Order: sequence, then structure tokens, then C-alpha cells
Amino acid sequence: MIRGAIAVASALLVAFIVLPLAGLVLHVEPRAYLAALSTVSARNALRLSLLTTTLALGLTIAFGTPLAYALARGRFPGRRVVDAIVDLPIVVPPAVAGLALLLVFGRNGTLAPVLRALGIQLSFTTAAVVMAQVFVASPFYVRAARGGFTTSDRTLEDASATLGMGPLRTFALVTVPLAAPALVGGIVLSWARALGEFGATIMFAGNLSGVSQTMPLAVYLDLEGGDVAGATALAVTLVAISLAVVIAVRAPARD
Amino acid sequence: MLSVAVAKQLRDFTLSVNLNVPSGVTALLGPSGSGKTTVLRLIAGLLRPDSGTVELDGRVLSGGRAFVPPYRRDIGFVFAEYALFPHLTVAQNVAFGLRARGDAAGARRRRVTDLLERFEMSAFAEQRADELSSGQRQRVALARALAFEPRALLLDEPLSALDPRTRVRVRAELRGLLAALTIPVLLVTHDEADREAFSERVLHLAAGRIGPGNGTSLVQDGV
Repeated sequence: MIRGAIAVASALLVAFIVLPLAGLVLHVEPRAYLAALSTVSARNALRLSLLTTTLALGLTIAFGTPLAYALARGRFPGRRVVDAIVDLPIVVPPAVAGLALLLVFGRNGTLAPVLRALGIQLSFTTAAVVMAQVFVASPFYVRAARGGFTTSDRTLEDASATLGMGPLRTFALVTVPLAAPALVGGIVLSWARALGEFGATIMFAGNLSGVSQTMPLAVYLDLEGGDVAGATALAVTLVAISLAVVIAVRAPARD
Repeated sequence: MLSVAVAKQLRDFTLSVNLNVPSGVTALLGPSGSGKTTVLRLIAGLLRPDSGTVELDGRVLSGGRAFVPPYRRDIGFVFAEYALFPHLTVAQNVAFGLRARGDAAGARRRRVTDLLERFEMSAFAEQRADELSSGQRQRVALARALAFEPRALLLDEPLSALDPRTRVRVRAELRGLLAALTIPVLLVTHDEADREAFSERVLHLAAGRIGPGNGTSLVQDGV
């Protein structure tokens, strides 16, 4: 009786997840799919998504790795507060993040006088897309990297030091390779989150083809404009990437 | 000659150490918790003493404001659990210190081949460190610590990770390998049986009481 209830509940939820995605894929006819992907706006969206997520990932790794290391190893006042701040974007609604970015970095935002003096405009540019992505996606990397650095064996770093390796080379040759599974997991998750970013982007960067219209935004615009085939083609592409990401993240966990 | 005269406040007591290690093997005997490992970490520069000096062949490694970081001390260290790099092969582990020193690839390979032969580990050169038995690991750790020709060697409980039967064999082996060295070797152990094997010179470390000048100190005997 209870077993049956568990089975039914489980089956219903799994079906609820699988059905829409399967429907999306089945909705696509190969020739129409390729045609829809070859339009200028679709190609722009693909290219922009690739460019911005790569930049966002690069920035996340460059700034997130030292932060994760400091959180894992450092003993400094306010470490727990910083730790909590890093996690914040994961729970803040993306639209709120977009509004917050706009109010600080926007044309009339808090930092507007400074940005204007420097001749920089951020909102409604490609840079804004990258900023929105870093904001929402970097915590996934920092969390994973922090975990990797926390669990790795400190004695191995000591061993490296006694063998004559300085701190930077020890980090590159011992610490990073040992934390590699965690780092790669964080990179994949963070990149996937940046790729799917919608709310903060549309608030802070707008929806301009070739400038700020990434794939999720193009899906939205195509659907609004009645181009169901275009929206579906981009959506299926995103689903395929997501599926690859899920498989990639789970693969090392199997052994 | 390795000369150590340092003090370090630990959680339960003040460790104060005063010892000279000439060339050859010196065993440092003491119960667990007496601060033996801390002594080695202070000498290697993995830990800063509160006061005092560490000198190796007349070179001040720590003392006053001077503090030479561990990677510039030229002191080999064999860790209790060997601390072999699990992501590297046996040969890469042994070559690690040579890489740090900046040896060319060819010279590195020759030296690693020689060492692995001397330690009877040639057949395992391409294996991962975590595929080895603990006796084999110990030999690799020793080969790695000696590869870059250190001016002193520290061993932290080199036999404690072994099962009792292997321990007897490895102890004899280790004794032979260490006897061939002409640098100061300081070996830390809690095992009385090691005293027999390494009785050339034995120091005792006993946990003392809290307080400056009244803490743990070394009592030298058997010299």
C-alpha cells in the first residue's frame, strides 16, 4: 500500500519532468530545426551566449579561485559572513539581482557619476550580460572550489614545500590537481547556470539582438513574436546542452 | 651538524628543545603527544618557533628575525603516512624535488632511475603511488626526500604505518639505507624496538609541564 503510493508519486513527478522536455524535442523536425537555427537572430544569440558565458566563466575562475581558497583555508575575521554572502545570489531571485545591478551600475545608478567620469556605460551592453551571469553563476563555482580546497590533504602541500616548491608552484602542481574533480564540477555547473541566465540579464542588459540577446532571451522573444519554431529550436539546443552538463557532472560521482 | 634550540607554546605545554644532530642517525624517542612531530616541523620550517634558533651547517634557518621558508631549507622530510602525491606516478613523486630545483629533464630522469634502482622500486616507476603497499610507499617517500640531495633528513614515525610483520623487515632495510647517508638524520618514533635498531644515538622527549623554562625538554643519553 505504502510502496504503491511511493511508486505512483515518484512516477508522476518524473513524468512531469520528462514529458515537457520530451514534447519539446518531439516537436522539432530536423530540417526546420536547422533552418530556425540559421536565422541571423538565432546565430547572434548562439554566438553571444558562447562569448558571454566564456567571459563570465573566465572571470569567475580568476576571482573565485582565490576567494574559495581564502574561505577554505583562511582564518580571518568575518569569514563566515563572507561565506554567507557568496551563497546569497543562489537564493536571490534573478529579477531582483537584475534590478539591484541596474540600481548600482545603471545609467542613473549609485555609481553612475563615477562610471560617467570614466566614460563607461554598462547597462544594456554585452558587458552587462557578463556581469549578470557572474553575479548569478559564480557562487556555484566558489562553493564547489571551497569544498575541494577544504577536503584536500594539507600534508601533501607541506611535502611539496619540503621538496623545494614555493607556494605558487605548490598551488599549481599539488593543490589544484587534488581539487580538480571539485573544480571541474563547479565550472560545469557555473557555466550551465550562466548559459540559462534570463531574469537578471533582461532587467540589466535588455534584449537587443547581437548585444544582449542571449539564447534564453531569444527563446522568449521568438515566442512573443509568434515564432514557435525558432523558440523551439533554440530551446532544444539549450536542453541538449543541459543534458550533457548533467551527465558530465554525474560521471565522476559514479566510482 | 644540525643545531636546534627553540621554544614553542603548544596547547597543553611549552615545548623547549635543545639538541645537536651530527651526521648519522639520531633517534628521538617519546610517547605520543610529547611533541615529537612538532620538533620536526619546527626544524623543517613548517612551523615557526616562538623563540630560539635552528642552524644547519652554520646556516641560520630561524633565529631572531630570520626565517627561511621550508622550500629553501634543503631538508628532506619523510612524513608519517608518507604523503606521496596520489595524482603522480612513483617516478614523478621521486622527481618532484628535482623539478623544484630546476633540473633538466634528462638529468632528472637519470637521477630518478638511479634512485629507484637503489631502493628496488624500478619495476613500479610508472605506477600510481596509491597502488603500492605501505612498505613500498615508505621506500618511495625516502627516495623522494633524498632525491634533491638535502643537507639533513627528518623522518616522522617511518614505521608506524606498517603492519607488525612488515615492520621488522622494513626496519632492517631502513637501517641499512640510512646508514649509508653522511648527513644529519633525525628519526622520530614512539616504538622502543626502534631504539634497538637506531641505537647509534637516542634522545628522549618527555611531555613536561606548562610554563616557560619548565616545559618539555630533551634529555640526551646513550651518546
